[in-house]
Amino acid sequence: MSEIVRQQELNRSLAAMLKGGVIMDVTTPEQAVIAENAGACAVMALERIPADIRAAGGVSRMSDPAMIRTIQQAVTIPVMAKCRIGHFAEAQILEAIEIDYIDESEVLSPADDTYHIDKNQFKVPFVCGARDLGEALRRIAEGASMIRTKGEPGTGDIIQAVRHMRKMNAEIRRITSLAEDELYEAAKSLQVPFDLLKSVHDNGKLPVVNFAAGGVATPADAALMMQLGAEGVFVGSGIFKSGNPAKRAEAIVKAVTNYTDAAMIAELSCNLGEAMVGINADEIALIMEERGK
Amino acid sequence: MSLHIAILALQGAFAEHRKMLESLGAEVFEIRQKKDLTLKCDALILPGGESTTQGKLLRELELFEPLKKRIADGLPVLATCAGTILLAKQLADDPVTHFATMPIVVRRNAYGRQLSSFYADSNFSGIDQNLPMPFIRAPQIVDYDAEVELLASVGQKPVAVRYGNQVAMTFHPEITGNPAIHRCFLEKTVIPARKS
Repeated sequence: MSEIVRQQELNRSLAAMLKGGVIMDVTTPEQAVIAENAGACAVMALERIPADIRAAGGVSRMSDPAMIRTIQQAVTIPVMAKCRIGHFAEAQILEAIEIDYIDESEVLSPADDTYHIDKNQFKVPFVCGARDLGEALRRIAEGASMIRTKGEPGTGDIIQAVRHMRKMNAEIRRITSLAEDELYEAAKSLQVPFDLLKSVHDNGKLPVVNFAAGGVATPADAALMMQLGAEGVFVGSGIFKSGNPAKRAEAIVKAVTNYTDAAMIAELSCNLGEAMVGINADEIALIMEERGK
Repeated sequence: MSLHIAILALQGAFAEHRKMLESLGAEVFEIRQKKDLTLKCDALILPGGESTTQGKLLRELELFEPLKKRIADGLPVLATCAGTILLAKQLADDPVTHFATMPIVVRRNAYGRQLSSFYADSNFSGIDQNLPMPFIRAPQIVDYDAEVELLASVGQKPVAVRYGNQVAMTFHPEITGNPAIHRCFLEKTVIPARKS
């Protein structure tokens, strides 16, 4: 096995270790500790959670490395951080401070409207958002070792994440049903490399882990995404924009582990306090999921 | 009669173990809550993942005491990475322990962050080939009692050990596509334990 392939294996495998878990957005070391104690399998360090990015408007960039470091020091679980789409210099900085995973994220303002980061040039692993199979395989070709739905971040509205997960899975089912000689045409129409599409055809799944993200606010939302085929869940604004973050975080963690046990999720959903207010994804002007195709 | 293997499926890479054990002909089921404990099993797998997450869920889903008792009573266990942390009697730099059924001292994230994850190749006691060993944000076995048997080392450091029916390692054989360690566990630990 070559060095690059081995690194890719190690990076895809770290994502595999996160499966069945919840990755939580945190903005302070205190929040990071709350998330770790609640059972988060990783945290995403950022200066503002998506709901506040949306409220603040303007250009949203990579977080201050000093702030990310305080979170790295506060917890023992993996720490992720976001860079702008196409902003490879931000990614280089995050790699230099030994972040465990970089999210090349549509939540921040894109730095490049044509090119994503060539993630194969990095040793550190990347997760990227995708709305469908084509986007997912393009990101994987660029070197992403984990995929998540884009959802519509900072809304507390689950509809986009559901749409993306259903679309991805429907396309995967369609690809597995194709004859091998039909894959060349499918690769052309999806604008993806043939080899990656062949892997989906042969295995019936993406070659990397696929999480749900964007709009998850309740244990029921998490269970919904898991039953739709997500291998784990990102919760952004849903926890620390709610009435009782610690309790809600714990409830979402348990709902992800036992996502088919409705009786347990009913108990978990009791008296969680106020959920994040939420805005309808179709009532907002800034559509983040449109960023980076 | 086929072997019945339980996998702790609270969080982490349990599906990879399942696939590997099924390829060896074992019947596999997942433990996610208390009612799953009523099923009979010949062995337990503790997979990789985050030990803080797994340890918390073990307790809150009331799996901790019953599983700890079964392990202490001799149920064969195969533990990888986070699973090894769950078994350790002591953690360096951390006052928390979990099952604490194996007299070893383990340091979490001993090699550093993801950039320090690595592949090694090494021998494994009882297996007649060099095995690929991926270490992912891996812990390290920093000390072990005299009655613990060393099964594999990388760079003079122990990476796999056995204590009674408990087999623990700090790397991930389940993601290598090579089932030698799982086969060895079934043949040398699980089958003899079932007979006795």
